Amino acid sequence: MSGHPARRKRTNALMLGLTALCALLSASALFAILGYIAWKGASAVSWAFLTRLPVPVGETGGGIANSVLGSLEVVGLAALIGVPVGVLGGVYLAEYGRGRLAFWVRYAADVLNGVPSIVVGLFAYALIVLPMKRFSALSGSVALSVIMVPVVLRSTEDFLRLVPGTIREAALALGVPRWKVTLRVVLPSASRGILTGALLAVSRVAGETAPLIFTAFGNTFWGRGLLEPVATLPLTIYNYAISPYDDWHRQAWAAALVLMLFVLAVNLAARLWLRPRAAN
Amino acid sequence: MTPAAAPERTSSGARGLVPVPGPRERAGDRLFRLIVTGFALLTLATVAALAWQLTRGSLGTWRAFGASFLWGRTWDPVNDVFGALPFLYGTLVTSLIALLIAVPLGVGTAVFLTELAPRRLASAVGFAVELLAAVPSVILGLMGMYLLVPAVRFVEPSLERWLGFLPFFRGAAYGLGLLTAGLILSLMILPYVTAITRDVLATVPRSLKEALYALGATRWEVVRGVSLPYARPGILGAVFLALGRALGETMAVTMVIGNTPRISASLFSPGYSMAAVIANELAEAVSDAHLSALIAIGLTLLGVTIVVNGLARLLIYRLERPR
Repeated sequence: MSGHPARRKRTNALMLGLTALCALLSASALFAILGYIAWKGASAVSWAFLTRLPVPVGETGGGIANSVLGSLEVVGLAALIGVPVGVLGGVYLAEYGRGRLAFWVRYAADVLNGVPSIVVGLFAYALIVLPMKRFSALSGSVALSVIMVPVVLRSTEDFLRLVPGTIREAALALGVPRWKVTLRVVLPSASRGILTGALLAVSRVAGETAPLIFTAFGNTFWGRGLLEPVATLPLTIYNYAISPYDDWHRQAWAAALVLMLFVLAVNLAARLWLRPRAAN
Repeated sequence: MTPAAAPERTSSGARGLVPVPGPRERAGDRLFRLIVTGFALLTLATVAALAWQLTRGSLGTWRAFGASFLWGRTWDPVNDVFGALPFLYGTLVTSLIALLIAVPLGVGTAVFLTELAPRRLASAVGFAVELLAAVPSVILGLMGMYLLVPAVRFVEPSLERWLGFLPFFRGAAYGLGLLTAGLILSLMILPYVTAITRDVLATVPRSLKEALYALGATRWEVVRGVSLPYARPGILGAVFLALGRALGETMAVTMVIGNTPRISASLFSPGYSMAAVIANELAEAVSDAHLSALIAIGLTLLGVTIVVNGLARLLIYRLERPR
């Protein structure tokens, strides 16, 4: 706080102006990205694009129907595995989670949350693809579920902890067994928050590409079951993007628009519509 | 409820703590507790299995090369010679570039959001920055390939003209390379830096700031004199967390880094990263030695991110504890 007052005021205005500029830059990044994808992708998205299979290079009119369906399949199965594991693990942490075991479980969840997705892919590859000697939708789902678990687990724990202890005690005092209190009283009152966490986890893995390269692998036709390779939207975008064909680049932008809209929709739904008012 | 009303086995109250299971636990309760404990253990087991699979899968490489795998400079799958240094170098350099850009930008944004912006604007801008984290990395990579690479190729000659006296800004302008990868990465870690710094700045006690205002300080002087020093450990935590993300980021980097295992001081030159080489080569790795070397890179990456994230957690958690 030294210097001439006028100079101090000038410094103040300059530095605060710089922070405003930072904020402007940061916030405009999102809109620039969304706008550019919409601009590049919109011209190539059509009903046919969404409902047809890819065609060989040179032919026109190929679509990404198999990738859309494959993504739904792989992400859906990942959620079927990851959400229950995460929620029940979260129940453990919130309701019984004191002592050494709980510490290690929390630590493991934090570690897992920080593991790069490509390393999770390696894990699924070593665990499932190598022993079965085949790329499969299942191995992709397992990889994605490993990414989902820590997200769901920690958000479930946080939201369960927001449920007041008095509610549990009121139910216990009526003679309700504890497991029933947890399942019928505690979990339902935190259900919106838990669903939010699950949806955020889904929106995160829906765009994951790296762990799918050598697990779900990709496919130019419909996937034929969980034990066969399957095409997914993010991986198709990648393969089309690095290809040398202009038509495939155009399709990559279109597929990127589709994926972006899906991820944004799930993400916004989770944040706006489901956010419990009490938690704010 | 006070401790007196809840005897030894029951600790409860507003914090949401519940009775500890006692000797008279019912059969149903016991079963339920065992089930959820089992699911919690599954998380623990996953981490153990992950570390075990990667260790087992990379044993061949560690036996053949030992720790010198980490500083070997040759990567030659045809002759089974493997050294990870070019990848370590690329990962480190791109992550540092990303931090150099994202940390000032993120901290500046966070200061604006907490100290300057009206609440509505702050939540709108904060929301936009958080949503940036939801953009899939393959989409950022796509934009990087077709928007950023040409732009960087265009800018590089002028950069060389002005900053060419530094070894970092010399050489042919490919567009694909370490600089471009760092730029894309900075965009990916910006939301983390911003969000955590904002949360940390929000914990600065009003009384401290008001004390300085009462002495006639300007807003900026309060930010510089009180808020930022108070928040420093938390901001450092945010930096480490962002670093952890940047180190392991795969797709966007793979698409713009040039995928050439070369160590060059110039940021214009193409490079390679640990995550990128796994992404590119694993599905096609035919020999066991090649596969093992790639898994060894994965294990190294895992180790590095665990250490970096551990430091981040330490710094951030220390703030959350009441002082």
